[in-house]
Amino acid sequence: MTPRLSLRAVTRRFGAVAALDAVSLDVAPGEFLALLGGSGSGKSTLLRVVAGFEAPDSGTVALDGADLAGVPPHRRPVNMMFQSYALFPHLSVAANIGYGLRREGRPRGEIADRVAQAVAMLRLDGLESRRPDRLSGGQRQRVALARALVKRPRLLLLDEPLGALDANLRERTGFELRAIQRESGAAFVMVTHDQAEALALADRVAVMDRGRLLQVAPPRELYERPATRFVANFLGAANILPGTRTADGALDCPEAACTLRAAAPVPPGTLAAALRPERIRIAPATGDNTAAGTIEEAAFRGESSLLLVRLPGGALIRVSHAEEDGAPPPRGTAVRLAWDAEAVVPLAE
Amino acid sequence: MRALLRLLPGAWLALLVAAPLVLVAVMALSWQAEGVPPYSPPWAGEGVNPENLRLLAEDPHYRDALAQSLVAAALTAGLCLLLATPMGIAIARAGRARNTLLGAVLLPFWTGFLIRIGAWIGLLRDEGWINSLLRALGWIDQPLPLLYSNGAMLLGMVHAYLPFAVLPIFAAATRLDPVLEQAAADLGATPGRAFVTVTLPQLLPALAAAFLLVFIPAAGEYVIPELLGPADATLVGRVLFQEFFQNRDWPVAAALAVALLALLIGPIILFQRLGRAA
Amino acid sequence: MTPRWLRLAMGAGIAFLWLPVALLVAYAFSADPVPFRWGGFSTRWFAALAANDRLLEAAWLSLRVAAGAASLAVLLGGATGWVLARHGPFAGRAALGALAGAPLVLPEVVTGLSLLLFFVALEGATGWPEGRGALTVLLAHATLGTAYVAVVIQSRLASAERDLEEAARDLGAGPATAFATVTLPLMAPSLAAGWLLAFTLSLDDVVIASFVSGPAGTTLPVALFSMLRLGMTPEVNALATLLLAAAGIALALVGWLLRPRDRN
Repeated sequence: MTPRLSLRAVTRRFGAVAALDAVSLDVAPGEFLALLGGSGSGKSTLLRVVAGFEAPDSGTVALDGADLAGVPPHRRPVNMMFQSYALFPHLSVAANIGYGLRREGRPRGEIADRVAQAVAMLRLDGLESRRPDRLSGGQRQRVALARALVKRPRLLLLDEPLGALDANLRERTGFELRAIQRESGAAFVMVTHDQAEALALADRVAVMDRGRLLQVAPPRELYERPATRFVANFLGAANILPGTRTADGALDCPEAACTLRAAAPVPPGTLAAALRPERIRIAPATGDNTAAGTIEEAAFRGESSLLLVRLPGGALIRVSHAEEDGAPPPRGTAVRLAWDAEAVVPLAE
Repeated sequence: MRALLRLLPGAWLALLVAAPLVLVAVMALSWQAEGVPPYSPPWAGEGVNPENLRLLAEDPHYRDALAQSLVAAALTAGLCLLLATPMGIAIARAGRARNTLLGAVLLPFWTGFLIRIGAWIGLLRDEGWINSLLRALGWIDQPLPLLYSNGAMLLGMVHAYLPFAVLPIFAAATRLDPVLEQAAADLGATPGRAFVTVTLPQLLPALAAAFLLVFIPAAGEYVIPELLGPADATLVGRVLFQEFFQNRDWPVAAALAVALLALLIGPIILFQRLGRAA
Repeated sequence: MTPRWLRLAMGAGIAFLWLPVALLVAYAFSADPVPFRWGGFSTRWFAALAANDRLLEAAWLSLRVAAGAASLAVLLGGATGWVLARHGPFAGRAALGALAGAPLVLPEVVTGLSLLLFFVALEGATGWPEGRGALTVLLAHATLGTAYVAVVIQSRLASAERDLEEAARDLGAGPATAFATVTLPLMAPSLAAGWLLAFTLSLDDVVIASFVSGPAGTTLPVALFSMLRLGMTPEVNALATLLLAAAGIALALVGWLLRPRDRN
């Protein structure tokens, strides 16, 4: 099957900085892909290259197999939802939504119908004649989405679509976005710096750093098996323990004063391992995949407590202690920690 | 189309801004002559004339005019700053009345400055409003010579340029974070200390911009000294007019323009730097 | 929160700005031939003004010159501001910016003198413009206005999000359509404000007009200036009152044009 969007070795430089460094990526029809990265990772540049606002220095961008090189933004069957929403302040909600259809030269009746549909789908009824400055943040977000969707793009680009919303709206709007994506059948490429948002909404997540694509995987796989230290760090909350590979494929970890053994021998070149706090339990066990430590701090977090445990080698690791296992031991208690081999994720770089 | 959009305004400005300034420089090096127009350019045979610029440097009449202009402009700008600083800050903090008050400051600008100078003439002259009032109160017998004085001239200049000084200070004051003064108070500063140590330093670039925004045009002011000032207030704008219209000495008038520009080029560059920084 | 002395100083400043103007208007309705002396209510000076052909002619000329100069300034200054804000780096950009900024900071006497020398030289070289008059004043004022409009437009476009134009392009508008449907409507209030600013500058200018007008092109400010040189007359009060009223009406009109047009 031809991918909806196909990037091959796309590079874009700004002076000496490579905003995109040989990025190759495919997006399937109907797929929801999240581009996850910090500021300066190149994720927004990637979006602008696909939309046609930036031309790549090298590499190709193809939509349904057709090369987009030299096609100006207004001739691309791709639409973008801007981070600022970029609603036209001099036009009403209905005129904003219908703007793209008017540019296509559609008959008035059809424009009215499709705008009405979009208004209904995004629950904007009654706001059609308002101007953008009289809308709430959530309403603006929905107008921006309606304006891009009403053109029935084959690919919709979303630049931090939930970024300007407050925490309450964000969760609900996220679910709506997912539902709208399924309903419209368009492929969505969303840029975000929020790992929770990326994991919650996307079919696949692409993690970017300094212009390079580090890992592309479904959310669960990304979370469970981050490939590099950066990805593990970016997805948050994992303990990262540096170590050296032993001859039999275990990881000798002096900072934790223990040996980590994964389910399969770790590959050569492994420099560290990630260990999620919720996979570590307090248990009187010895041998590989166990460690001794002293509880330094404990923070109650509702369904669990977060413990900071100092290991003899000097490392401070986070342990999540479930409430259903009873109250955690008090500060200063010496404990033994244990985890399963499946919890050990070898990291390159 | 894009090239045309650049070319057309560019050509207009090159023709009506750059070329005229070059002509002023050429004129400053030309010779006064009988005829229409009353000059002969350096290439007409007599060569470059260095006398005009030398005259400005040596003749106390012209030197005084330039010096007086700078002093008058500095005084005007200083007085404007004194008034405009509290005005700009107070308007920025006026809440809902902010736009109305700003309008009250800017509206006189739209009413035409000749009219406002006319009003001052009516107020200050011997049979004017102020003298009549003082006489009616029995405070004076003879009218005070208010009009055609340095005081009247300064008053008129401050009145004309005050709105220009308020604007940048107001704009900068709206960007101030009121929490900073509260933080200063929390750390033990009295309101006065907080103003001097926290608010004023943040406004410094705007104060400098406001000063220059008044100083630069005031240095070349012609109309206000002519209408309100004493006969001996020979500021450079007035001398330039005299040389040009009465003495028909175009080269000396042009030399005065060159000298004025030379004196103002530093403040102008500084002003544009401040503008870019803001 | 605002200290009392700040508010007092602000009040004093605004009173200082307004008091002379308020008195001027009040005494325009005094019957006394000595200006600023109350001699009972009368509109006789307005009647005298209506009979003053010289002033009326100057006023009519000034209005036409100001309208023409402002319109030209909006075209040239609008283009200049747009080019400076949106064309990115190009050869001559710095020069264009400097040329557009120069009239804002040049002393009026320098601008006036330089333009006169230019018109004289141009006539000497090409025979055009023939002498000085309304046309040369219009060209000079249009140049000054262009600089002001360019600044207004440039700063408006610099603050308006570029996103809006990109959004239009993304939704299928070509560069020209994006300009016509998004950029221009956004610029319109600033263009109107720029027109008004250029119009006012032209209507207020004595110095530049004195240089470039010649006897055939006496504008209202030049006529008013020569009247004021001889001292104040009640007629000037009346004229000033009318000009104030016109400025007030124009400003109210602009405020009404730029009002928030939302039904909700």
